[in-house]
Amino acid sequence: MSAPVSPMRHVLVTGHKTYHQITEDLISPTEKTPPLAWVIGFIISATLLGVFVFTVGWTIYMGTGTWNLNRTIGWGWDITNFVWWVGIGHAGTLISAILLIFRQKWRTGVNRAAEAMTIFAVICAGQFPLIHMGRIWMAFFIFPYVNTRGPLWPNFNSPLLWDVFAISTYFTVSLLFWYTGLVPDFATVRDRAKGLRKKIYNFLSFGWTGSAKHWQRWESLSLILAGLSTPLVLSVHTIVSFDFATSIIPGWHTTIFPPYFVAGAIFSGFAMVQTLMLVTRKLLKLEDYITIEHIESMNKVILLTGTIVGVAYITELFIAWYSGYVYEQYAFFNRVFGPYWWSYFGMMFCNVLSPQLYWKKSWRRNLKLTFFLSIVINIGMWFERFVIIATTLARDYIPSSWSYYSPSWVEIGIFIGSIGLFFTCYLIFSRVAPVVAVAEIKSILKTSGDQYVGKNAIHHHDHGGKHEEVEASH
Amino acid sequence: MAVASHKEIIYGLYDDEQDLLKAVKKANESHLDIMDVYSPFPVHGLDPLLGLEESRLHIAGFVYGMIGFLTAFLGMSWVFTKDWPIIFGGKPYWSVPAFIPIVFEMTVLFAAIGMVVSFYIVCGLGPGVTNAYLDDRITDDKFCIAFNKAEVSESAAEAFFKSSGASEVSHKII
Repeated sequence: MSAPVSPMRHVLVTGHKTYHQITEDLISPTEKTPPLAWVIGFIISATLLGVFVFTVGWTIYMGTGTWNLNRTIGWGWDITNFVWWVGIGHAGTLISAILLIFRQKWRTGVNRAAEAMTIFAVICAGQFPLIHMGRIWMAFFIFPYVNTRGPLWPNFNSPLLWDVFAISTYFTVSLLFWYTGLVPDFATVRDRAKGLRKKIYNFLSFGWTGSAKHWQRWESLSLILAGLSTPLVLSVHTIVSFDFATSIIPGWHTTIFPPYFVAGAIFSGFAMVQTLMLVTRKLLKLEDYITIEHIESMNKVILLTGTIVGVAYITELFIAWYSGYVYEQYAFFNRVFGPYWWSYFGMMFCNVLSPQLYWKKSWRRNLKLTFFLSIVINIGMWFERFVIIATTLARDYIPSSWSYYSPSWVEIGIFIGSIGLFFTCYLIFSRVAPVVAVAEIKSILKTSGDQYVGKNAIHHHDHGGKHEEVEASH
Repeated sequence: MAVASHKEIIYGLYDDEQDLLKAVKKANESHLDIMDVYSPFPVHGLDPLLGLEESRLHIAGFVYGMIGFLTAFLGMSWVFTKDWPIIFGGKPYWSVPAFIPIVFEMTVLFAAIGMVVSFYIVCGLGPGVTNAYLDDRITDDKFCIAFNKAEVSESAAEAFFKSSGASEVSHKII
């Protein structure tokens, strides 16, 4: 009996691909000399990475006095950048873990690159607390190790220490999850390679054979890691928000911070995935694997999370007024109409208004608009963190210590440089590993390939029907 | 696991996972003892046919997670009540709610690292490991059934591959 194919199934792989064609399309970018656009991008990124190394080196050599922080404003661009990068790092795990649990098949086209992006974004994020410490050579003091100082332990009750645990756990688990997914694909690269290249990929593929028992364990491992990562990803930005929320600074001391930070993190993370995906699919000719369907799905997530963030902004204002607490009321009045009003309106425009364009289907599927808005949203999310951090600190309890803060060239250099670090890592990744998960795409081909489902399906029903049986039986 | 002894293998390659599943069913019916099946991606429905039991990795993961949980919780409790009690903000020494974030993170960390390391060890995989594999195209688009010649006679295997629609049959010593 021929089972009807669900009309709910979207076409996620176009171009009537065979398994071999998938291998060919996804592995060959790692085997060819890079296109000119890649080389240009790499030169720019590596130059910015040089700026990063220089300005961070300058900070470490000269001290954090090279930054324009002062006694009133102790957190400036450094922590803004930290929170911004951590937020960007949330989309990868969301795509790979939460969407796996919800069985959203469109994640397969973008999960590999998004997870890579997560890892690189967390690497960028991690730089900022370290250099912000001032004496980076003592950074290991944050870890509870058996020491000769007492023994002196870190304060386990401090959100700043929770952050150390959250970020390091997040980085480690994301890396393990990502690499375990890469192992079978590295084996595919290995089996096409010769000479030294084969040796390198043999090492990277850990001796993968594709045995049925290994696949079974691999799937089991992926599912449990996804299950673990789901609360983990929610915990990380929650704990980042505790850095602020557990303090007693008006404007920071709010219980709305955890959900609001998590929504903002997913929002900015997806925007960065869009920026990267739109460029990657064009440069590596992956339009058949990262389709308009994928782009639209991600734009829906952006619309949802952007709206949640908008509601949070308004709620904050309302609660500040409703609390009847003058310091809280002033903190928010100052945010909107104070000396940093431009960053507040920048934030509102970029994060709340601009994603509302995505209510219209044809705009969600418009690549140029998506690319433009993805940049706008990332700028907006940077503004958000700046608003929360610098604006709040600039007006503290005593008017005599009120201050204004603008970054020094060193701080600007570190921020721009961290973007160079991120893109250098991503560009290298796109050369050495398949940016789309090869084995996973093959496993969804029969349920999402355009020769099997959708209006261009050519496959006779007999075969499809049998496949449905197998799908249903597990 | 990779064992040093040499095995003489006869294997057949199939072009589609449906053909593979049919062939495995047929092999079961004719009581041919399959050594292993290799595929470029996980083929659903294969595990029960091969009689593979459900992986116990999740049980291991739970145990590792509990070790992480206890390490963090007991460790912090010991530090703040026995080793170096300090009052922070007028809170009790043993302020359990403040331990929750780190206990959670350590549970996840231990479970994840433990499971991934266990996975590689039980599969005999890892950095620097080279396992013999049968065919370069198994990681591309071929689905492979392998018989050990010590268990299944060559003629029986060849007849099976012919009747079950294998596109190629080869021999290899690994």
